[in-house]
Amino acid sequence: MEAQRTAYHKIWGAHRVAGDPLQRMLMYVDLHLVHEVTSPQAFSGLRAAGRRVRRPDLTLAVMDHVVPTWERTRETPDPVGREQLRQLSENCAAVGIPLLDLYHRRQGIVHVVGPELGLTQPGMTVVCGDSHTATHGAFGALAFGIGTTEVEQVMASQCLWQAPAPTLEVRVDGQLGQGVTAKDLALGIIREIGVAGGQGSIVEYSGSTIRALTMEGRMTVCNMTIEAGARAGLVSPDQTTVAYLEGRPAVPRGREFAAAAERWLSFASDPGATFDRQVRIDASQLEPFVTWGTNPSMSVPVGARVPELAQLPSGSAREAARRALAYMGLEEGTAIEEIPVDRVFIGSCTNGRLEDLRAAAAIAAGRRVNPRVRAMVVAGSGAVKRAAEEEGLDRIFRDAGFEWLEAGCSMCLGMNPDILSPGERCASTSNRNFEGRQGAGGRTHLVSPAMAAAAAVLGHFADVRQLEPADLGAAAQGR
Amino acid sequence: MVEGLAATLSRDDVDTDQIIPKQFLKSTGRAGYGGACFFDWRYDAEGRDRPDFELNDPAYRGAEILLAGRNFGCGSSREHAVWALAQMGFRAVVAPSFADIFCTNALQNGLLPVALAESDCADLQLRARRRDGYRLVVDLRAQEVRDREGRRAQFQLDPFWRECLLAGLDPLGMALREEAAISAFEQARSPLLPNTRHRWE
Repeated sequence: MEAQRTAYHKIWGAHRVAGDPLQRMLMYVDLHLVHEVTSPQAFSGLRAAGRRVRRPDLTLAVMDHVVPTWERTRETPDPVGREQLRQLSENCAAVGIPLLDLYHRRQGIVHVVGPELGLTQPGMTVVCGDSHTATHGAFGALAFGIGTTEVEQVMASQCLWQAPAPTLEVRVDGQLGQGVTAKDLALGIIREIGVAGGQGSIVEYSGSTIRALTMEGRMTVCNMTIEAGARAGLVSPDQTTVAYLEGRPAVPRGREFAAAAERWLSFASDPGATFDRQVRIDASQLEPFVTWGTNPSMSVPVGARVPELAQLPSGSAREAARRALAYMGLEEGTAIEEIPVDRVFIGSCTNGRLEDLRAAAAIAAGRRVNPRVRAMVVAGSGAVKRAAEEEGLDRIFRDAGFEWLEAGCSMCLGMNPDILSPGERCASTSNRNFEGRQGAGGRTHLVSPAMAAAAAVLGHFADVRQLEPADLGAAAQGR
Repeated sequence: MVEGLAATLSRDDVDTDQIIPKQFLKSTGRAGYGGACFFDWRYDAEGRDRPDFELNDPAYRGAEILLAGRNFGCGSSREHAVWALAQMGFRAVVAPSFADIFCTNALQNGLLPVALAESDCADLQLRARRRDGYRLVVDLRAQEVRDREGRRAQFQLDPFWRECLLAGLDPLGMALREEAAISAFEQARSPLLPNTRHRWE
């Protein structure tokens, strides 16, 4: 009898081109996503070596990192960013890689766009020169970020040399409380296992809580796998996955769809498959989290206080916390709900999808952004933006005083004009609260979309469970 | 084999946003990142060296081996972080552990990521912090780090990368030599798999 295998082992086994799968093998890449920041040097390398792009038809380029979020008719302000965009257009045109440029209806953040188009499917290998490629693992794909040299290698050979990785099952059971979202689950997991807790491993998220998540929620969880240091994170495909994919542009139709769905489901981990390590999380114990420090594991429930240094283990952890509090301009022991915010950012590949915007809009509806706050909503893609507008979410946000902007990575990493000024404090739905991430000297607190909206209207962090969410249908019609 | 002055950066979880902040990622080349390495930690608002940043210590000037903390290079996949470290003069980073993507990026560029036991790292850091010109040898063939005082510590590098680095092999060249296998694999791929040649609407 064949041994019970995990989804990872099935995908691994199905992608061997050459070499030893137990040591190091040449792995085939089914989908290569490309953006303007980590690709120019790869294209120049190929040109210098006189090599061609082997499979432009398995490659998709998107402009997302440096694009401004203001109207597309205005020019990208900085000449260097403009040059990156120009080079991406030229490079893609020269080698025949399809490109979703600034003006394309489908432009957006690469990790929002891929799944939206149906390009990410169970059992596939997906790579991109971006660490949040982990997002695509939500579909039961093996998806991970690579550096620019590897981008060049994939362009030239459609393959990568890879060593097998140990597996870590993160099993989450129980029901998430009201107001507790996939983002809080992701933050809760990182809080539990630490920013290096997944190092070297492939994580599989399992359990009743994960099964109950929508695909968008699963994407949020998988997206932040990299913040726990893991190579990749995935969820075994199931009917939720199949239902999400049906009808998407890159997905087969009719009889072929049934065959594809059957193939997809065959990649799910076998019942009884074992993992090298296991962590269990009780979802009912999770709360809306707010980070107080400079890495994503430094978080507490919204009702708690910034930790007292003396209560942390002495040594490097306490030293890191001391440095983080100094950078964040926070006193130990401060109640999280007493921390005022200057900026709110709702968007990113972590939380820039339709459900995220709905959750934020339900809090924003009928309320006003606090006068001390500048609040931005940046849809993850043009398609998300249009869908939100069809539901009237844009009006809800605008009426409440939020800026409603064009799609891109925006203030998640501040490579476009959306950045924090030194000392500004931001409630952000993005994935990294590293020093200077959203702008030199800027102070980032990671939260869920609803928690970000609550901070926007109150001017300080607040427990979203204390705010009555609006019925969005009624709120949109109320105009 | 790398032999050089050792410098310490005594903190864990140094992310690649710190190694090379985003404003320097807009270059489309592979050169010119050394001066921007650790930019926000290294310089004050006027662009002067911050005296409180370890690597600005004059005793560490010209250092080629970085003794770092756990989970070095976490976060963003930007290979610019490796280019910046190499262009700042480092040829090896010795730490208890590395983030995966950083580790691969470093190897691709010949910057040696050397993972030693915590206790060995702590001991070497203590020695380097005397700031008396403490030098280390990183010997890839023997998979050993040693100093002139007779302190030795063993490390293990993935055999694939060890061979690549010692023999000067290039992973892409090795992949392209498998052309027949790649083509055969492509022939056998499921026709149900998607491609990107669509009129995306």
